[in-house]
Amino acid sequence: MPKRPDIQKILVIGSGPIVIGQAAEFDYAGTQACLALKEEGYEVILVNSNPATIMTDPTTADRVYIEPLEPEFVERIIRQERPDALLATLGGQTGLNLVFELDKRGVLRDCGVELLGTNLAAIVQAEDREQFRNLMFELGHGVPESEIVHTLESAWGFAERIGYPIIIRPAYTLGGTGGGIAHDRESFEQIVESGLKASPVTQVLLEKSIAGMKEVEFEVMRDSSDQAIIVCAMENFDPVGVHTGDSIVFAPTQTLSDRDYQMLRSVSLDIIRALGIEGGCNIQFALDPDSFTYYVIEVNPRVSRSSALASKATGYPIAKLAAKVAVGYKLSELKNPVTETSYASFEPALDYVVAKIPRFAFDKFESADRRLGTQMKATGEVMAIGRNLEEALLKAVRSLELGMEELYVPQLEQLNTDQLEHGLVHPTDERLFMVYEALRRGYTVEALHQLTKIDRFYLHKLNHIWQAEQQLANEPLTSERLLDVKRLGFSDVAIARILASDVETIRSQRHGWNIRPVYKMVDTCAAEFASETPYFYGTYEVENEAMKTERPSILVLGSGPIRIGQGVEFDYATVHSIQTIRDAGYEAIIINNNPETVSTDFSISDRLYFEPLTTEDVLEVIDNEKPLGVIVQFGGQTAINLAASLEANGVKILGTTLEDIDRAEDRKAFEATLSAERLAQPPGKTATNVEEAVACANDLGYPVLVRPSYVLGGRAMEIVYEQSELERYMRNAVIASKDRPVLIDRYLTGIEIEVDAICDGTDVYIPGIMEHIERAGVHSGDSIAVYPPQRLSDALKQKVVDYTIKLAKAFRIKGLLNIQFVYADDLYVIEVNPRASRTVPFISKVTGLPVARIATQTILGTSLKELGLGTGIHPESDSISVKVPVFSFAKLKEVDPSLGPEMKSTGEVMATDRTLEKALYKGLVAAGMNIALKGNVLMTIADHDKEEAVALAKRFDRLGFRLMATSGTADTLEAEQMRVRRVGKIQESGETMLSVIERGEVDLIINTTSRDALVTKDGFLIRRTAAEQGTLCLTSLDTVEALLQVIESLSFQTVSIPAFTKFGVMV
Amino acid sequence: MKFVGKGFGASADTMGEVVFQTGMTGYQEILSDPSYCDQMIVLTNPLIGNYGVNREDFETTVPMAKALIVKEACDTPSNFRSTATLDATLTRFGIPGLSDIDTRMLTRHLRAQGVMRGVLIDGELTWDEVQSRFDELSPNDQVARVSTKRTYVSTGKGPRIALIDFGAKLGIMRELMKRDCEVIVFPHDATSEEVLRYEPDGIMLSNGPGDPKDVPTAIPLIQQLMPTTPMFGICLGHQLIALANGANTFKLPFGHRGANHPVLELETGAVTITSQNHGYAVEESSLLDTALIVTHRAVNDGTIEGVKHLHHPTFSVQYHPEAAPGPFDANDLFDRFMQLVQENKQKVGI
Repeated sequence: MPKRPDIQKILVIGSGPIVIGQAAEFDYAGTQACLALKEEGYEVILVNSNPATIMTDPTTADRVYIEPLEPEFVERIIRQERPDALLATLGGQTGLNLVFELDKRGVLRDCGVELLGTNLAAIVQAEDREQFRNLMFELGHGVPESEIVHTLESAWGFAERIGYPIIIRPAYTLGGTGGGIAHDRESFEQIVESGLKASPVTQVLLEKSIAGMKEVEFEVMRDSSDQAIIVCAMENFDPVGVHTGDSIVFAPTQTLSDRDYQMLRSVSLDIIRALGIEGGCNIQFALDPDSFTYYVIEVNPRVSRSSALASKATGYPIAKLAAKVAVGYKLSELKNPVTETSYASFEPALDYVVAKIPRFAFDKFESADRRLGTQMKATGEVMAIGRNLEEALLKAVRSLELGMEELYVPQLEQLNTDQLEHGLVHPTDERLFMVYEALRRGYTVEALHQLTKIDRFYLHKLNHIWQAEQQLANEPLTSERLLDVKRLGFSDVAIARILASDVETIRSQRHGWNIRPVYKMVDTCAAEFASETPYFYGTYEVENEAMKTERPSILVLGSGPIRIGQGVEFDYATVHSIQTIRDAGYEAIIINNNPETVSTDFSISDRLYFEPLTTEDVLEVIDNEKPLGVIVQFGGQTAINLAASLEANGVKILGTTLEDIDRAEDRKAFEATLSAERLAQPPGKTATNVEEAVACANDLGYPVLVRPSYVLGGRAMEIVYEQSELERYMRNAVIASKDRPVLIDRYLTGIEIEVDAICDGTDVYIPGIMEHIERAGVHSGDSIAVYPPQRLSDALKQKVVDYTIKLAKAFRIKGLLNIQFVYADDLYVIEVNPRASRTVPFISKVTGLPVARIATQTILGTSLKELGLGTGIHPESDSISVKVPVFSFAKLKEVDPSLGPEMKSTGEVMATDRTLEKALYKGLVAAGMNIALKGNVLMTIADHDKEEAVALAKRFDRLGFRLMATSGTADTLEAEQMRVRRVGKIQESGETMLSVIERGEVDLIINTTSRDALVTKDGFLIRRTAAEQGTLCLTSLDTVEALLQVIESLSFQTVSIPAFTKFGVMV
Repeated sequence: MKFVGKGFGASADTMGEVVFQTGMTGYQEILSDPSYCDQMIVLTNPLIGNYGVNREDFETTVPMAKALIVKEACDTPSNFRSTATLDATLTRFGIPGLSDIDTRMLTRHLRAQGVMRGVLIDGELTWDEVQSRFDELSPNDQVARVSTKRTYVSTGKGPRIALIDFGAKLGIMRELMKRDCEVIVFPHDATSEEVLRYEPDGIMLSNGPGDPKDVPTAIPLIQQLMPTTPMFGICLGHQLIALANGANTFKLPFGHRGANHPVLELETGAVTITSQNHGYAVEESSLLDTALIVTHRAVNDGTIEGVKHLHHPTFSVQYHPEAAPGPFDANDLFDRFMQLVQENKQKVGI
């Protein structure tokens, strides 16, 4: 069947902001799908609330709506646009849930909108536990035995029948609260009881634990004519028990015989056909390592993170073809876009090994619970390709940017045997490295298998790496030995460490022996058909397939795995830069290692090198391609950090020079430049010990902002209000020394202002100024940004413009820069980033200026004047836009949800409207906040915030909200004539703050922090409980102020008429 | 072109036709598939031997491949059924293996230049010496070497199937037995009289190695059996049916060897993913004046993947519905064969 002629206009629903479990993969999938539909001549309407995506660029769809993914808003768009059809299976769970809502509201029927691809009944059948189980029984496929119970008494029967371990999952709790795995009677009783208590419907699901089995995933495609194929099968390194998103994954499957594989393949096809899915679907299996017994764990009836990984692992673009299948094509009618000679109805054959390792934010959240389980915790992932498993794994390890390029982690040597074995038995993000540490200590493969249940095959591979390391260390270095370890994926850095040499020596020795990588193509077909795919990976073999072309080329460095602080925004800028380079007639080459993103879609660049972003790997690609230069300013800190070593090796950095990058990043040079330009920055000093710190702070005056000089991105940064706090910080939080001083700045509680600008060396163009709702001190990435600014006078805006122009010129920027100011009594410069920032997508979208493209053009030599821009600021738009951060606190246990100088958000949404209040309302709703117009507000306020909080409390009181507080705050509020419901502190008996939150009686929590130990602990408990309950908890009074403005604008004034004056009737 | 690697398995010099196979699983079945007789198999999946070798997944008792060429041979396999390493298995069967080869480079070479002869040696040879080895070409009697030497019976309660063994994979036998057939296996050069003496309900022509034109004895056999008895040909059996009906076969540049080949059924438009292993194919134009019509085609290159007879209950496919290794998507062809057998039984009133 060719494409359907009876539909013209298609609405595509995106996945919204990036949260843990739903990330950049949906930008990749959504962009592909929209472009595929446009390619077929359909009019594509897109709705998504996430501005930091290529998907929401006006070039991706015919019309793009950046609106909340909430039924009320999408319904409006449907009524306005009247699309013929809707595609929802590309927007993750968010997209699917939204369509269920729209269907329930009758909007789809009412407006005659047809759902393309998989129908709703099929989706429900895949997602509803009970329906899915019934289907599996019908088909005769195994699912783990389970039972729903309402009492402990009825739970015993299941336990006796099945035996331990048993998984207990409470119904309708967020993030699996109250559940767990019971290994014996005692823990079973305890967990079932707590689970029943946690469940609002007193219901738990008991499930036979299949932890320890092999976990295998199949990516399946099916079209409306019932043709179905397997795109990719992947095998997890971690046995069942760790969420697949948190697991190390290899493709293709490694330990499955053909019989094992074909059994699961046939089951996969059976399931996708029974469900009637049209498009892509992901099926997860648990396979008993000792028999042919298997269980179907889960089916995702849509494209997913795994399908993005499978697309990158095979070259087969699942989302693109899923979109074409949704409009009626058969797989056999569609050409395989990789070979362009074979067809889409064929199963990719891999002739390499792919390794995926998840990237966690635990380096940022030191307090977080690192144990891995059924709830996903990773923020991103890296993928690497090699011709053997060791190579793929080690390349993936060094792509993680964890500060090491190998499996050996010195700190793990400190662990005692108990600690190490505990880490082996209970998986954390560090388990891979712990297994290696155990091998170093002489554990056998068999012993490690018993402890970890990881398949012996993988343990043998790790052991092989350890054996090779020992040989390298103990035997003379020969070219054969070096080639041997390079083939196993050892980095020069690791080799240098093992040989107690330095990396330059190793590199020149290696080059002297002419041991260089070659580049092989990812072609979906194991070289069976000639392909032109410009998708390569490096390996140490004979034939190089990536021959340099005649055209001059430019290399762009990507931003690596997504982590907190370096998100999809940088991929957005990278993609724009690549497109601009291509438009300018150069060959655009990209190196990146993130399988989720648009930049690693091979159709985006002229050449994609799926390689680690390390000096070694990048230099080798450069040697192979000999580009004119390298652009580092779009790939976030990852790319910037490589600039120095690349330039030291003779590579030309395009755009702002390394010297100028350093001047902006080095504090001393930065201060010198600022004072030369007579631009103010918050007064600050450096201290190397406690006494110096106290003296500095006394000079500056409290509060002060303290941070170590040697970490970037707000880590370990704190606002300190008094001496005792400072002393604690200096003693506990940092290790200060002569080489590593602590920076102490006066904390200015002013308005934070952010600017992105482009400089071509002569002119400076400012797309726009953004103002932050939260005062300085809250990380800019966690603040609500407003464009155009609402609280800045024209004179101040002019001053910001003047400062920006001066700074751009002073730092000799070529390309993009980002500046953060604080306006207190005067305008101060906080920081200058000589690179693309997190706000590039937002400012591009609100101004309509493709900022990263313009910046790339200036880097390539086109002046701003030639682009018709020159020096100055872009005219402000009439409508008001906000960028609201989105957090994943529910998924990150033990992480404190309070806002501060350290960034914690994982994503963002954007909203635009005619007034600030409307834009804010949409932004807050899009960010997932439940805006209550009435209800209970629980306030726990630090002393230094009391005055400000009272004013806000009054406004809630006036709006009819009921205030709740503990004694201290309650006294303050009552003194101001407000009615307060008193609740006890956590330690008290009776009704406490925690109990009212847990009972769902609180609609909003306002909690500001201080460093008092007890208060800190209580506050933390409150915030965590709120995060797990899904109760809105605000920790910045500025956010509260913004929320109040919204609520006030939504509420009519209800004031009693004034009393008559004495001239009227007697009062 | 010269490739240098590490030897494993049996240490023996050897030569043969070098072919590549793109399946990601199933090296044990591939190694033991008699159709690879006299061939040196390059496996494109770089890691071979991961799940070891077990007692159940052989496709013949004595593998006849000349060599196995891989990127990496695993000597620490892991699978519950594994009883031996790949290395030990190759040694046991006297087959040399070659590892640490840039198999992708070799595959690209074969794809561009077509399959070709190769010599595998431990040491150095001059090109003249290589040439002289090529001159000692092995005879084209592969089918005779892999076929059973005498007729034997595997009992069953269902239809009686005569399986003509041109180098049959055990998978074909398995599928017939799964359907309760009584299977009588005949040598490749059996005559129609010998076969008909057993009054078979259906004839199964197996897969096998080499050029179909090297099996001339099969032509009269097929011609004589076709009108009376339902007949199903697989791979070489398919090519022989074509030859017996006056069509021609030709050698493909690099063949179809893998587990991911889409095949289009012309009548229904259905596409199935099939397991394939063939170096020859039926020539399209040669079908013009025959009683055969094309039923299946390769989606990728359009070559013929299945035919049926216009008047006789005869059909055949170029691919492997018995899988092993590869997908079972085309497994229902055996059911169709059974149906054909049943229909014919009713027709002739047995």
